[in-house]
Amino acid sequence: MKFGIVRFPGSCDDVDALQAAARVGDAVLLWHADHDLQGVEAVIVPGGFSYGDYLRVGAIARFAPVMAEVEEFAREGGLVLGICNGFQVLCEAGLLPGALLTNVSLKFIFRQVDVEVVRGEGAFTGACEAGDRLSIPVKHTTGRFYAPEAELDRLEAAGQVLLRYAPGHNPNGSLRDIAGVSNKQGNVFGLMPHPEHAVDLLTGSADGLKIFESMRAHVEQHVLA
Amino acid sequence: MRARVLVRPKAGILDPQGQAVERALPALGFEGVRNVHVGRLIELDVDDPAALPAMCERLLTNPLIEDWEIVESASADSIGSSAGAELPEASR
Repeated sequence: MKFGIVRFPGSCDDVDALQAAARVGDAVLLWHADHDLQGVEAVIVPGGFSYGDYLRVGAIARFAPVMAEVEEFAREGGLVLGICNGFQVLCEAGLLPGALLTNVSLKFIFRQVDVEVVRGEGAFTGACEAGDRLSIPVKHTTGRFYAPEAELDRLEAAGQVLLRYAPGHNPNGSLRDIAGVSNKQGNVFGLMPHPEHAVDLLTGSADGLKIFESMRAHVEQHVLA
Repeated sequence: MRARVLVRPKAGILDPQGQAVERALPALGFEGVRNVHVGRLIELDVDDPAALPAMCERLLTNPLIEDWEIVESASADSIGSSAGAELPEASR
């Protein structure tokens, strides 16, 4: 299968995402100004500071030319993964619920955290079991997940919360310890932790690979089969 | 037309920036300050002021987390002086 990693001006985790995806499949970079997804079976919107984070994080990037194709791809059921700034972009684009706000500490945080898998099924966490703890780094200033209370209830009831920070590991004040959330259909997923930085034991953990392996298994079973 | 858009964090959403400012003021001897919130000001010249609400909803703000208010002004002259500023009028 082929992953496509979007590169905006200001992206900085695009190459790590490319190399992580390349461990489980083929991977290419997608230029923000092109209206072309190059026939990929999954899109990754990576971390960084797209368009300098001007105005609000993700606010400008969501109108990049390539995002029109990403939105159409998502509407047709294609897999879209947003990591950190990519999560912020997908929320701004309305592909994911909620928004990301400044960390309660007002500080940039960069540390390894444990996240718990809430649902061990579906396109992004299918290679995990519910209750698994994954050790994955976070690095952001604007990672506090927010949605109105009624929306949070709805997200939990609908099974759209896929990852939570483990007790004591919520680094940013995210409501209900939410670390990663999907859309209703389950084909778009965003998370603040960086699975692409946790794909080799050399750097402390390979738990992040589970996300990419889940995506590959889903595409092989449901798209390429 | 010169316009100003005031953007505020929505009421009820935790505003750590406002809290930090609120804590800092007493440290400088300014007592009796409450309910501090920090937002943003966007100034722009627009040909069609009627388009401003749509601009606010689509790009200038994220309506899920922010409230906005348009402060209109006939010319650029009256902007930049707090003494001459009109009181903001709620737009929504």
